[in-house]
Amino acid sequence: MKPIPFEYFAPTSTEEALEHLANLGYNGKVLAGGQSLIPAMNFRMARPGALVDLNGIPELAYIKPTADGGLAIGTMTRDSKVEHSPEVAQRFPLLLEVMPNIAHPQIRNRGTFGGSIAHADPAGQLPAISIVLNANLKVLKKGGERWVKAEEFFLGPFMTVLEPEEMLAEVVLPGLPPHTGSSYQQVSRQKGGYSLAAVASVVTLDTAGKCTSARMVMISVGDVPILSEAATRILVGQKPTPEAIAEVAEIAASKEIDPGTDIHATAEYRRHLVRVLVRRSLSTAFERAAK
Amino acid sequence: MTTHTIKVKVNGVEYVREVEPRRLLSDFLRHDLGLTGTHVGCEHGLCGACTILFDGEPVRSCLMFAVQANGHEVTTVEALGTPEKMHPLQEAFHEKHALQCGYCTPGFLMTLKPFLETHPNPTDEEIREAIDGNLCRCTGYEHIIEAVKLAAEKMATRS
Ligand SMILES: Cc1cc2nc3c(=O)[nH]c(=O)nc-3n(C[C@H](O)[C@H](O)[C@H](O)COP(=O)(O)OP(=O)(O)OC[C@H]3O[C@@H](n4cnc5c(N)ncnc54)[C@H](O)[C@@H]3O)c2cc1C
Ligand code: FES
Ligand code: FES
Repeated sequence: MKPIPFEYFAPTSTEEALEHLANLGYNGKVLAGGQSLIPAMNFRMARPGALVDLNGIPELAYIKPTADGGLAIGTMTRDSKVEHSPEVAQRFPLLLEVMPNIAHPQIRNRGTFGGSIAHADPAGQLPAISIVLNANLKVLKKGGERWVKAEEFFLGPFMTVLEPEEMLAEVVLPGLPPHTGSSYQQVSRQKGGYSLAAVASVVTLDTAGKCTSARMVMISVGDVPILSEAATRILVGQKPTPEAIAEVAEIAASKEIDPGTDIHATAEYRRHLVRVLVRRSLSTAFERAAK
Repeated sequence: MTTHTIKVKVNGVEYVREVEPRRLLSDFLRHDLGLTGTHVGCEHGLCGACTILFDGEPVRSCLMFAVQANGHEVTTVEALGTPEKMHPLQEAFHEKHALQCGYCTPGFLMTLKPFLETHPNPTDEEIREAIDGNLCRCTGYEHIIEAVKLAAEKMATRS
């Protein structure tokens, strides 16, 4: 299990990296934490002709508080840095819940926040979290910059809107309004294993206890993370009740997801998990929002 | 295919070597430097046998290329202790029967060394979290957890 030969570039600035990506086109690939790319190369499932290693570019790794109460996270920020950041804990407790479930400590020391999003694994947590938190993604190429909303970033399993000469540079998470609660719920075979199904919710209440926003995303049950329309339609404008939450769970599990059967679980079992996890996630998020 | 010259400090010794970009760090340590203490189980990040310290932090050496270690510092199990003067973790693994075949042991030790430095008095739960990325097919883990607690005691009384 060894990768095929490839060319290796180790730029020391973003500009230099973009120059390489522009020259290499389809032959080139970004190497971030390597925790998904290198195993795929070891199996020879991935056979890039050249790698552009971002690990020597310190300016791509940071966690910066923004004026609206949110955070700007540089793509090369290690998962373990996000996991242990006081700013993240304070502004996005949802991430604090999620991070320890991603792989194992040694992998989080290397894997990157942006790399996980760019990788677009349907079983990965961070693509879904970027959607549920309404992230804005900064995409760079030589001589150009564009911003993509997380909701529009993922096209299919391991497929995003990124062109070969582009790279994800920054993930901006907008601040959350007061009386917002969140909750992450997952079931996996063992700690650190990919989830069989997972649900993340972010909900906001007004002073009268009515729901003003309900975003809920489901993981491992479709080609891309699935943002629930039912959650928004049924919950917003109402006081959340167990009946309303159960209705969301029912619609989400029966109509909104498209789970597959594999060696880990059947599609039917995944539907069952979603039904349970939606209820847990939404009711916990509302409890937290009411505090 | 072009090779790259890398300069890397391993266990305090500086090495300068020519490597092909596709050389895994684990293979570089074992085959180019002859440091066979680092074990290789799966080469896709699952087993943890290849865990080393990269600039002081535990990482999978099978999921890095040697060329990426240029200018960095690597610590392998060879630096932990000697048969005459074992690290408290090694003593504790020995005393608590925390290994049978020993294949997984270097990875556990290199994961646990920095863990005990930041968690001098760990709970069972913290220990289980710390080693959730290391597989052992022999021990059933209970003896490993006992050994970690014993190592923590040894380290506390010695410092
Ligand atoms: C044993 C094991 C268990 C794991 N368990 C989980 C888990 O439970 N949940 C989970 O979410 N992940 C899991 N992972 C994957 C891990 O989190 C990866 O680190 C992550 O998915 C990819 O991040 P990376 O920085 O390592 O990216 P890389 O592996 O370096 O790159 C992945 C892909 O994204 C592209 N890419 C990376 N960064 C950029 C960028 N800035 N711009 C453009 N393209 C880019 C690369 O070209 C490549 O195609 C696991 C991995 C292992 C080995
Ligand atoms: S050999 Fe590296 S994790 Fe198994
Ligand atoms: S002692 Fe044999 S695998 Fe752990």
